[in-house]
Amino acid sequence: MTGLAFLIPIALGMGLLGLVAFLWSMREGQYDDMDGAANRILIDDDEPLEEDA
Amino acid sequence: MNAPALIDTDNAHPLTTTRFTVPGMKCAGCIGKIERELPKVAGIAAARANFSAKRVAISHDPAVGEDALTAALLGLGFEAQPVADNPMGVEVAERKRLNRALGVAGFGMMNVMLLSVSVWSGADGATRELFHWLSALIALPVIAYSGRPFFASAWMALSHKRTNMDVPISIGVILATCLSLYETITGGAHAYFDSAVMLLFFLLAGRALDAEMRTRTRAGIGALLGRMGKSASVIAPDGSTRRVPAKDLEPGMLVLVAAGEALAADGEVVDGSSAIDNAMLTGESAPEPVGPGSVVHAGAINLSAPIRVALTRVADDTAIAEIARLMDEAGQSRSTYVRIADRASRLYAPVVHSLAALAFAGWMIAGAGVHQSLTIAIAVLIITCPCAMGLAVPAAQVVASGALLRRGLLVKDGSALERLAECDVALLDKTGTLTLGAPRADIAALDAEARAVALGLAQASRHPLSRGLAAALLRAGVEPAAITDIAEVSGKGLTGTWQGVCVALEKPEGDSQALATTLRIGEAAQTITFADPLRADAAATLAALKHEGLTASILSGDRAAPVAAIAAELGLAAQAEASPQAKLAALEALKAAGRRPLMVGDGLNDGPALAAAHASIAPGTASDASQQAADAVFIGEGFMPVALAVRVAKKTMRIVRENFGFSIAYNLLAVPLAVLGLVTPLIAAIAMSVSSLVVVANSLRLAGAAR
Repeated sequence: MTGLAFLIPIALGMGLLGLVAFLWSMREGQYDDMDGAANRILIDDDEPLEEDA
Repeated sequence: MNAPALIDTDNAHPLTTTRFTVPGMKCAGCIGKIERELPKVAGIAAARANFSAKRVAISHDPAVGEDALTAALLGLGFEAQPVADNPMGVEVAERKRLNRALGVAGFGMMNVMLLSVSVWSGADGATRELFHWLSALIALPVIAYSGRPFFASAWMALSHKRTNMDVPISIGVILATCLSLYETITGGAHAYFDSAVMLLFFLLAGRALDAEMRTRTRAGIGALLGRMGKSASVIAPDGSTRRVPAKDLEPGMLVLVAAGEALAADGEVVDGSSAIDNAMLTGESAPEPVGPGSVVHAGAINLSAPIRVALTRVADDTAIAEIARLMDEAGQSRSTYVRIADRASRLYAPVVHSLAALAFAGWMIAGAGVHQSLTIAIAVLIITCPCAMGLAVPAAQVVASGALLRRGLLVKDGSALERLAECDVALLDKTGTLTLGAPRADIAALDAEARAVALGLAQASRHPLSRGLAAALLRAGVEPAAITDIAEVSGKGLTGTWQGVCVALEKPEGDSQALATTLRIGEAAQTITFADPLRADAAATLAALKHEGLTASILSGDRAAPVAAIAAELGLAAQAEASPQAKLAALEALKAAGRRPLMVGDGLNDGPALAAAHASIAPGTASDASQQAADAVFIGEGFMPVALAVRVAKKTMRIVRENFGFSIAYNLLAVPLAVLGLVTPLIAAIAMSVSSLVVVANSLRLAGAAR
C-alpha cells in the first residue's frame, strides 16, 4: 500500500501536466489557425523571416 | 514555426496592432510573402497572417496610418480592408470556454476513473475511503468548472419557466455529486463521482464538436460592407479635391475615382471612360466598360483610368447596403429553424424528469429509505441521460461533413445537412454556377504561330480575357513567342513587336455583346471568341438531383437569350433577368407554397436568395458575401458535389433517425430496470457510455457515404 503514496501523486501529476499543456497551447493560440499551420510548412524560408532571430 | 516576433523590443515606441481582412490570401506563398515583405516597410514591425480567418494582424508604429498599411498590402498584390478590433471575439471566447471545460473534464474523468477502478477491483476499508476522498477532491472542482455551460443553460431555461436537455443533466450531475459526497463523508460503499464527471465529459465533447462546425467559416455580413470604399475624393466647385469619409457623402457630390480605387457610393459617370470590376456585385468575371452616363455601384473597383462620378445614392441607400440588409433579414427567418435534436429534447426532457420523480416517490411509498430511493432516482436520471440522443445528430453530421469535405464540398453549419435533406426543389443560377464563370477561349482556328504570339501577348496582361486566353493556350501546350515592347492601353488592348512585326490583341471592331478579341499579326487579323462553357457534369448532376427527388430550374439575373439557350440545352425551366429582389420573391413564393427550395448561386445578387432558401450552396469562385450566406461551398470545376451533398444529407438523416431509434430502444429497455432498482448509478453510467459509443460507431458508417 505504500506504493500508492508514490503512484497516486505521480498519476495525478502527469494528468495535471497534460491539462496544463492543453490549456497553455490554447492560450498561446495554437488552435487559432489550423489551416494556416498546415500551409506554413510549405513556406520556403531559405532566408530567415526576421533578421534578429 | 515561421512566427515572427510580434513585439519589437528594440523599438522605443509602443506598437499598435491593426487587423486587416485579406480575402486574396490563398496559399502558403501568400502567407510567406505577407509576413516576409511587410516588415520591410518603414514603420511596420511585424505581420502575422491567420490563414483560416483570412486576416492579417500588423503591429506597427502608431504614426503609420491605416491607409499606408492598406497601400503596403496592395503593393504586395493583396486587397485589404481594416477590420474592427477583436473580430468574432464573442464566438471565439465561447468556443474556447467549451474547449477548456472539455480539457478539465477529460483530466477529471481519467483520474477519477483510475481511482474508481481500484475501488471496483476490491479496495476496501481505509483505502476505499481514501480513494473516495481523493475522487471528491478531484471531481468537485472539475464538476463546478466543466458543468458551468450546462448549469448556466439549465438555469436560463428554468428561470424562463421552460425546460431543455440541460435540466435533467444538471439535476442528475448535482444529485449524484451530493449523494456521493454524503457517501464519502459517512464512509459508504459507493460514490458516483465517476459517473458525474464522465457524463460531463461526453456531453462536452459533443458540444465542442458542434460549436467547431458552426464557427468554421462564419464571419458575418460585415465582410461584405467592408468591400465598399471607405472614403472618396470629392471635387469642390473650384476644382480642388478633398477626402470625405463614405458616411459623410451626399447625393449630388462629384467625386474623382482613381484607377484601382473602390467606389464608396452609387452614382453616374459624368466624365472619363474606364472599365470597372463588378465581380463583387454580380459575380461576372469580365470587366464592364463604363463611360459618361453609365451607372456605377459602391463596391465596384475602377480598373483602368480615373473617372468622375456624380453620386446618386450614398451610405445605407447603396445597392450593396440594400443587398446586405436583405441577406440579414432573410437569414433571420432561417434561424427559426428548430434543429432535430432540440425538437427531440423538448419532448424528452419532461418525460425523464417525471420518470425520476415517480421512481423516487414510488420507492418512498413502497417503504425504501430516502437513501435508496434517491440512488434509484439518480440511476434513472443517468441511464436516461440524453447522451446517446445528444450525440445522435452531431456525430453523424461531423462524419458526413468530413466525407463531403474530401469530395470538395465544405458544409458550414451542422443544421445545413438537415435542411439539405429536406429540400424538394432546386433553383440554379447560371453564370458561375451551371457554367464555369470564367471565359474560355476558342483557339481551334489559330495556327501554331498565332498561338505562340497570342500567348506571348496574353501573358503580359491581367485582363480576364487575356488570362482566359493564356490559360487555354497553356493547356494546349503552346510555347510563348518572345514579344518585345509590350504596351497595354486600357479599353483598347495589348500591342507589341514580334520579329519586327507589329502584333496586337485588341478589342474587336463594332459593338457586339459577345466576348471576343482580335489577334493582329502585321496586317492579318483574326477574331478569337470566348465562351463561358457549362460545367462538364452539369447534365449528370441534374439527373442525379432528379433521382433524389429535386426538380431543378434556372433563376438567373442574366439576359434572356443566353439563359434560354442554356435552359434548352439542359431541358430546364428558366426565369431570366431576375433582380436580387425578384430572386428573393421567387424563393418566398415557393416557401409559401410549402416547398423547400435549394438555392445554388454565386453572385452577390444571389446573396439574399441564398440566405432565404431552405438550404443553399455556392461555388468556391463565388463572391465572398455569397459564400458567407450559403450553407455549403463546393470547389473545383465539377457540379456533382451539389447532388452529392443532397445524397449524403439524406443518408445522414437516415443515420440520425437510426441513432434516435437506437437511443429510444435503449431507453425503453434500460428505464424499467432502473425504475425497478435493478441498476446502480455505476452500471447506469457504463450503459450510458456504451449506448453513446454505439451511436458514434453507427455514425462512422457515413465515412464512406460520399464515395
